[in-house]
Amino acid sequence: MLKYLCLIGMLGLALQLLPVTQAYEGPDLGPDLGPDLGPDLGIEATPEQIAAWDISIAPDGEGLPSGSGTAITGAAVYAIRCLACHGHEGAGSLNNRLVGGHGSMSGSTPIRTVGSYWPYATTVFDYIRRAMPYNLSGTLTNEETYAVTAYLLFLNGIIDEDEIMDAQTLAQVQMPNRDNFVLAYPDNPDP
Amino acid sequence: MDNSESDSSALQAVAGNGLLHRRIFLTRGATLLSATGLGLLTPKLATAQALPELSNVPGAALSGYGTRSEFEGSVKRNNILSYPGTTGSGGSWTPLESLEGIITPSALHFERHHSGIPAINPDTHQLLIHGMVKRPLLFSMDALCRYPMVSRIQFIECSGNSRVGWAPEPVQKSSGGLHGLLSCSEWTGVPLSILLDEAGVDPQAQWLLAEGADSAAMTRSVPLAKAMDDTLIAVYQNGEKLRPSNGYPIRLFLPGYEGNASVKWLRRIKVTAGPTMTRDETAEYTDTRPDGSSLMFTFPMDVKSIITAPSLGRPMQGAGLYEISGLAWSGAGRIAGVDVSVDGGQTWGRAALTEPVFDKAFTRFRAAWRWNGGPAIIMSRAIDESGAVQPSREQFIASKGLKRSYHYNAIQNWKVAPNGEVSNVYA
Repeated sequence: MLKYLCLIGMLGLALQLLPVTQAYEGPDLGPDLGPDLGPDLGIEATPEQIAAWDISIAPDGEGLPSGSGTAITGAAVYAIRCLACHGHEGAGSLNNRLVGGHGSMSGSTPIRTVGSYWPYATTVFDYIRRAMPYNLSGTLTNEETYAVTAYLLFLNGIIDEDEIMDAQTLAQVQMPNRDNFVLAYPDNPDP
Repeated sequence: MDNSESDSSALQAVAGNGLLHRRIFLTRGATLLSATGLGLLTPKLATAQALPELSNVPGAALSGYGTRSEFEGSVKRNNILSYPGTTGSGGSWTPLESLEGIITPSALHFERHHSGIPAINPDTHQLLIHGMVKRPLLFSMDALCRYPMVSRIQFIECSGNSRVGWAPEPVQKSSGGLHGLLSCSEWTGVPLSILLDEAGVDPQAQWLLAEGADSAAMTRSVPLAKAMDDTLIAVYQNGEKLRPSNGYPIRLFLPGYEGNASVKWLRRIKVTAGPTMTRDETAEYTDTRPDGSSLMFTFPMDVKSIITAPSLGRPMQGAGLYEISGLAWSGAGRIAGVDVSVDGGQTWGRAALTEPVFDKAFTRFRAAWRWNGGPAIIMSRAIDESGAVQPSREQFIASKGLKRSYHYNAIQNWKVAPNGEVSNVYA
């Protein structure tokens, strides 16, 4: 109660200080606060906290973790964790086809798969690790994720069966459709 | 304006097949509408009935959280579809044909989820801002709610909305069934620029990555310029906290951009030099051109409109005067005008825009039509303040081709049969 009485008292004082005949010329209290005027209520995050949260992989490979895998080990992981939805050798089943369709983008019925469409191999790792398998996402180890990624790249004829995928090699994989993407930001060439 | 002059001209035709001047709404208003029998299409025309018995018992009890009338229970989201083997990965369409005005009730806001709706406790949820910043910061939801907020009434549209327009034959669904991955709400939240300023953005940074806390950990890259311009961390939708299906407790809100980029259940923002090239901005939400190349980051939703009444499922009730009602919107700004044709696009008249007309919001338009009971094709064509004009389907496909499945904004044609039934037609 005392607090509110004080507030009323302060308000009264403020009103008395205002010139009676002039418009109030205090700060603009609109939503455009400009820089450095927020209440600054964030807590600085530690490197450990950030490392635990930051799962995204940049197209240059930044963020790829340690570990490695090949299509040979990936086939076994795929059979257990992926096949039920995506079919034998990525042919598609309940859910998306992952393999084939190469060269179809310029035809009349494009078939979009990891091999025919996806422009970056890093995205395959990033997406599998964050979102797959659908019913229990985020449960593949980094080794398993590298292996399944290698398996899908192998099935699409992009790498060899025994080629090791890791933080260095995965970022260097050239996806077949990479050069067929055009940035539409900031300027859309095809508005 | 001289009232006597407007009175005499208000019912004059401005285009073929009985389209009347929009002045009918601007001058004499309700008086004229009632006098001429013009009114909203309703399932049943008024008929004389006995006076209802006056109630002599008390009505229902007070309640803590309201519900709609039991007689409105049929108004529901359309096309609830989830991918095979899933229940929460798909979409549900707003029943635009059953709504009026410009605000979508939160319970009828369209849904598009990629791995269901997470149940997030705001007491334990945090937002991390890191990457190319001086100070990486963690915000609790209580802390976020102490920041200054702004409110805007703005639409959100899935970029895959209306994609059935590419089907070789017109799909027979209601206006909401065809175009209802589209809603408009009042969004209230914290301007993202305030939080980014506090974190201190590296001048070399050009993009950020936004990540959700759903099981798909939905991620999209967003231009830093957009983030610093008008992007909100939305906390409230139509006055109450966000619905779980709209990102509770917080979502990104990017006015005018394709809906997928307004990441729901937001947990992390990483400031970056370039785009991260996530799955949903490479493998999906990209636009393939006739030559097989594909555009990435086609963010703004183009100018568009649809007539919601009459429309499929809202048939005509015999010859006479009708109000045509519809929605127009554009990711480029305000709607400048809407043209309506009731003769298959041979002649057009300008519709009346119902206030308010907001930036990147639904704008309700209306036109008066004296239907002679003959076959007719009705359509609307929106123009936004940037000068962009909504194309016909023919123009749209000639320019964009048949390989896309996002950003369809062609004109919707409705065919009115002599029996009053309405169907979807291409020409």
